[in-house]
Amino acid sequence: MSKRAIYLVPLSVFLVMAVYFAIGLTKDPKIIPSALIDKPVPEFSLPPIDNGAPQGYGKGFSSADFKAGEISVVNVFASWCLPCRAEHPFITKLSKMNVAKVYGLNFKDTPKNALKWLQELGDPYDAIGADPRGRVGIDWGVYGIPETFVVDGTGKIYFKYVGPLNGDILENQILPVIEKLKR
Amino acid sequence: MIPEIGHFALILALLVAFVQATMPMVGAHRGNQAWMAIARPAALTQFGLVAVAFGCLTQAYVTSDFSVLNVFQNSHTAKPLLYKISGVWGNHEGSLLLWVMILSLFGSAVALFGTNLPPGLRARVLGVQAMIALGFYLFMLLTSNPFERLSPVPLNGNDLNPLLQDPGLAFHPPMLYLGYVGFSMAFSFAIAALIEGRVDAAWARWVRPWALAAWCFLTAGITLGSWWAYYELGWGGWWFWDPVENASFMPWLAGTALLHSSTVVEKRDTLKGWTILLAIVTFSLSLLGTFLVRSGVLTSVHTFATDPARGIFILGLLIVVIGGSLALFAWRGPALVSTGVFQPISREGALLFNNLVMTTAAAAVLLGTLYPLLLDAIGGGKVSVGAPFFNAVFIPLMVPMIVAMAVGPLLSWKRADMKPALSRLWAAGGVMIVAMIAVWAVETDGPFMGIVGIGLAAWLFMGILSELAGRIRLLQGSLSESLSRLRRTPRAAWGMTLAHLGLAITIAGMTGAGAWKVESIQAMKPGDRVSVAGYDFVFDGARSGTGPNYSILSGTFRVLRDGQLVTMLYPEKRVYNVSQQPTTEAAIHTTFLGDLYAVVGDEDETGAFVTRLYFNPLVGWMWAGVLIMVFGGVLSLSDRRHRVGAPKKRGAGLAQAASA
Repeated sequence: MSKRAIYLVPLSVFLVMAVYFAIGLTKDPKIIPSALIDKPVPEFSLPPIDNGAPQGYGKGFSSADFKAGEISVVNVFASWCLPCRAEHPFITKLSKMNVAKVYGLNFKDTPKNALKWLQELGDPYDAIGADPRGRVGIDWGVYGIPETFVVDGTGKIYFKYVGPLNGDILENQILPVIEKLKR
Repeated sequence: MIPEIGHFALILALLVAFVQATMPMVGAHRGNQAWMAIARPAALTQFGLVAVAFGCLTQAYVTSDFSVLNVFQNSHTAKPLLYKISGVWGNHEGSLLLWVMILSLFGSAVALFGTNLPPGLRARVLGVQAMIALGFYLFMLLTSNPFERLSPVPLNGNDLNPLLQDPGLAFHPPMLYLGYVGFSMAFSFAIAALIEGRVDAAWARWVRPWALAAWCFLTAGITLGSWWAYYELGWGGWWFWDPVENASFMPWLAGTALLHSSTVVEKRDTLKGWTILLAIVTFSLSLLGTFLVRSGVLTSVHTFATDPARGIFILGLLIVVIGGSLALFAWRGPALVSTGVFQPISREGALLFNNLVMTTAAAAVLLGTLYPLLLDAIGGGKVSVGAPFFNAVFIPLMVPMIVAMAVGPLLSWKRADMKPALSRLWAAGGVMIVAMIAVWAVETDGPFMGIVGIGLAAWLFMGILSELAGRIRLLQGSLSESLSRLRRTPRAAWGMTLAHLGLAITIAGMTGAGAWKVESIQAMKPGDRVSVAGYDFVFDGARSGTGPNYSILSGTFRVLRDGQLVTMLYPEKRVYNVSQQPTTEAAIHTTFLGDLYAVVGDEDETGAFVTRLYFNPLVGWMWAGVLIMVFGGVLSLSDRRHRVGAPKKRGAGLAQAASA
């Protein structure tokens, strides 16, 4: 590479980044297309969180659980994820409403940190599955977390929200979807 | 009336900045003294006008003038005066005003104290400064006017986000901004040098104090934010790799690299293109840092502005500033001639190694921070990649750098021999091994990284002391000779020694806090006793009360060790009246070996309170280490070299203005 070409490298790198920035800014963060919408949940089976005891913590869950006719919400969370901490009260609120089964997918987390997190903030989940290496997460199309899925009674993924839930999103997006599925 | 004066002053400042950005540049190009001379009065006038605007907004806040939209949205009559004032910059519009006020303050410092700069360079530096300011004025006046009126006038305001109503956070943004904007000076000098096609020791001597002052402010600012998170967010953490934290950390990493490479330019007349590039990158990251927080492009606990129109403007501004300067670099950079040559094993080589690690680290943080944004661009969403990524990248980068940090100062310029340097580090190696064995013996079950971290801290600390001992010939000659050498050590050298020692202490603190934290979470009734890390926490109950604009639940803990009272702790949980948002105020008692940390939560049906009790080892070392680092920086700034530098007589004014 000639000397002049080396001096061009920083500019080129920046221009590529600027294009990404431009696309990122023009996207409405609320509308996230997902290849998985209207598809059945992927085949998987997640163990409970390993807490030393033989039965573990949080029961675990698998694709079979979603075909029992009940509406379910799958929330992907981890102890290292700050936005997850922010949305935790709303997951708890949703769970207390008893309108859907709430599953927790513990993504790329250590059992110790996950258990500490649940002990500190409370455990709102009907069942928790541990996915320490993120293998099942990939099947669900998880990029980064938190992510929340609504699954209908036949095991079809009906709705996906990326990012932390808040009161507004819970009231105006998640709950209406559940209501609609109920009818 | 007064808000209109502020608005008008801002428009005038825009016009003055336009004059300052054009005429001196043209004048410098044509060699027209009169046109160049306009830069000075323009810079001073600009500062005066922005200061008036800032004063007007502050007046609106202090008098709770809710006819101003910005005040209505962010203030409340019941708020204490300190937070009425800090509310001025606790929001998008006001923080931009603060940013640009600091920018024009620094510009007028160059105008006042830069009388010994070559007139062409000074005119160009001030011209570039005005161009940056121009972008900010346009942004404010077109999309984010802080003086917008509201009618009808509401009776009271929406209050400031309760998390921001805290002394630590009141001063966190100004500190960060002093840092960010300080790097704009290095940037302006870099652009001016590219236009002139000349970078020499005198140039580096001018850039260094600005970079150093900016670095000191940024270090202090980041630490204030981290300290705030530690005591306010209430779970004993101090760094979360949150996008907003990363936004301030990236310019810090690049700025640290810049500080080190500018030394090479000054002393050895080489690495010029690289140093210019670092100056551009550091300020670019500062701009990015300012706007990542502001534009709402990333999800974060700190973000408080989301508006696509602003986003597009910000993107445009970033492209013009960063793209423009990098294009200039691509065009003019190859013309910079370096005369110094050096071998890989040399002081220059060691500083370059530091630079590579720092910039790689900054790039890694940038990737981890923007990755979610890139996902957004290809159809993902706003997400957090979180600590696993950053820890996996950061630790392998920092370990070799810290090992090398003890060796670097022992190497001579140009060409060095590794053997004598290493032979002076046997003591450091010995202490490192002893420290690691001691840690292993005490904390047998602790994580391996704990042992490594303490070992590295000991190695670095002792390595730096060995360098100091060698410099003053301790034990090699008479004691009086060593003492007189100690006295004659320049302040810049002391600054380096202290900053590096401070880092060693900080590393020990981070290691302790990360590796051996003890915590206990439970429901406690009054009279209950819980033992944490050898301390007994006795819960004496909790009381309700009211503060100026919030209600409090205040818990009382007695902390005993072997039956002796160590301290009382009074953690609080506050609920702010207007927003009904709760905040936790942890109670902290710092000891040499660690912090006792207590948080009180809600009462349950049985009358028990959820309490969280922690022992956070060595956290105090972390803050103390940073203080020493900043003190080292300030000491280096006060070095007489900056006051009576080779071609300069009055650099002192600059250094003092920068540290003021």
